[in-house]
Amino acid sequence: MKYKSQAVAKLYFIAAIALFLGQIIFGLIMGLQYVVGDFLFPAIPFNVARMVHTNLLIVWLLFGFMGASYYLIPEETETELFSPKLAIITFWVFLAAGVLTILGYLLVPYAALAKMTGNDLLNTMGREFLEQPLPTKVGIVLVALSWLFNITMTMLKGRKTAISLVLTLGMLGLAVFFLFSFYDPVNLVKDKFYWWWVVHLWVEGVWELILGAMLAFVLIKVTGVDREVVEKWLYVIITMTLVTGIIGTGHHYYWIGAPAYWQWWGSIFSALEPIPFFMMTVFAFNMVNKRRREHPNKAATLWALGTSVMAFLGAGLWGFLHTLAPINYYAHGTQLTAAHGHLAFYGAYALVVLTMISYAMPILRGRAANPERAQIMEMWAFWLMTVSMFFITLFLTGAGIVQIWLQRLSSTPMSFMAVQDQISIFYWAREGAGIVFLIGLTLYIRSFFVKGESKAFE
Amino acid sequence: MQTTNMISVKESSLEKIEYQNLPGDFALWIFIFAEMLVFGVLFIAYAFSRAQNVALFNDSQLTLNRGFGAINTVILITSSYFVVRGVAAIKKDLTHQCAYWLSGALVLGSVFVGIKMVEFYEKFNAGISMSTNNFYMFYLSLTFFHLMHVLMGMVILATIIARTRRGAYSAKQHTGVETGASFWHMVDFLWIILFPLVYVIR
Repeated sequence: MKYKSQAVAKLYFIAAIALFLGQIIFGLIMGLQYVVGDFLFPAIPFNVARMVHTNLLIVWLLFGFMGASYYLIPEETETELFSPKLAIITFWVFLAAGVLTILGYLLVPYAALAKMTGNDLLNTMGREFLEQPLPTKVGIVLVALSWLFNITMTMLKGRKTAISLVLTLGMLGLAVFFLFSFYDPVNLVKDKFYWWWVVHLWVEGVWELILGAMLAFVLIKVTGVDREVVEKWLYVIITMTLVTGIIGTGHHYYWIGAPAYWQWWGSIFSALEPIPFFMMTVFAFNMVNKRRREHPNKAATLWALGTSVMAFLGAGLWGFLHTLAPINYYAHGTQLTAAHGHLAFYGAYALVVLTMISYAMPILRGRAANPERAQIMEMWAFWLMTVSMFFITLFLTGAGIVQIWLQRLSSTPMSFMAVQDQISIFYWAREGAGIVFLIGLTLYIRSFFVKGESKAFE
Repeated sequence: MQTTNMISVKESSLEKIEYQNLPGDFALWIFIFAEMLVFGVLFIAYAFSRAQNVALFNDSQLTLNRGFGAINTVILITSSYFVVRGVAAIKKDLTHQCAYWLSGALVLGSVFVGIKMVEFYEKFNAGISMSTNNFYMFYLSLTFFHLMHVLMGMVILATIIARTRRGAYSAKQHTGVETGASFWHMVDFLWIILFPLVYVIR
């Protein structure tokens, strides 16, 4: 690595992978609970497993984003990190807060946890994805601010590039929109309305800036294509992301009591959200085709291309499937949403973090690329995880379509639980694909320990 | 992995087209096409919604101020002409003239914004909002969304004027001016469709 302070990224990456493993294990537990309802009951009830599964996802992605930016920013700005020490302190604080929160979920009944952590002072808990106790939420804000501060200060003293600017903008948005998690009005419509300002504006807004910046960085590194070209693409992509994504929030406002015009606004703008993702795919393949060098890290290129394709499929295509109001009228809140959620998070965010880790980790360990054998194992892991996630998505899509039919479209609609029984075959298949995913992830982790002749720097 | 094993690293044909046929920066053209797609979808949605309730759309349409709309059309077309003259001027190295023409377009742009504001003010005073009916929803959304583009075009024009004054462009190097001009023409072009569609066609 070019700058000593980049080394802090390693801590973040290791934590990210460890939490990723935890997320998958809890995913498998709750996947089984879909069909074997009392599995692990009462130790880990479904609602707790789900909370741990989704919260771990968010936390490991945040670790990934932070690690990636601590690696990327010194190289982009051509200067050491403003304060590596602060980055390390932030890491331990965040890890401790994350682990304590998860333990709290697992060991204490949720209502008791709320009481213990002062939820009656400021009511913020009990909402999907924002289940964190108040101290954790405050901790997340502090961690995000420390991260933002460190990166901004580094940028101020160094070279300013489009990539670092877009990344910082994304982080700023991430920090600002999280503040809405502290706003929990009694009115349920308002509650949901602003809840999406965190959830939607994160994943379909500012996170995409972070995604774009990270992808652009790795593509410059592995292809050697002119920065000017890459930056131009990045600007066009993020502009389209913001034009479509911000008003696209409306696709969550159809049936929650918000004004009716959101059905038009949401439908039209969110229907165009796939465009920036499609641009990203064209961009990634274009850059790799026009490459000026053969980077020894072939695995990183695979992850990068995989990100662009799977993000388009998961976020773009599967999102579009049920984004139009007349379709969403039947499809909202079914397994179709779960299908989209899985492929979008995996394709866009899990993969971009893994892309960054794949590129940066060998360098952090003192070599340009991992030994051939390790890379082959890593690529196997890529295919196993990607294909099995695609199958998870297909099975959930099947489940969703049957669910919509039996529960909402048929002339003799069935009740929710009766339908769940009917679609259990899809859940079993999904669990099978989930096990393949875990095998892929295990292989991925093993690839870090493969010994062999590593590729030196050019 | 096939992609990295690809043999030749050849120049993309895209690159050649960009400087031969399209004025201004190629990236902006991608953006323009994407923007036109957004408006295209909005226009189709308008037509679709109107077809379901023609009478309501026709009645509500009569309350719009066509005079304002027509004046604004003339203003935008004139401003586009000014921008054309500005580009022609910089191609002859006439930096000052270029800045004057573009400033003229900028002034016309602000007149457009002023008239639009008066129009919106009238409507809001009459108690019309996005929730009044589908026609007004589209009228307000389309014109507001377009207004945002006018404002963005004005920011772009202002930047280019400032850069022109500083001598950043010349007969040889004026991609920036053409880029801004292309965006402004798009803003004008969208209005030329929007005005008859929403204000006039019955």
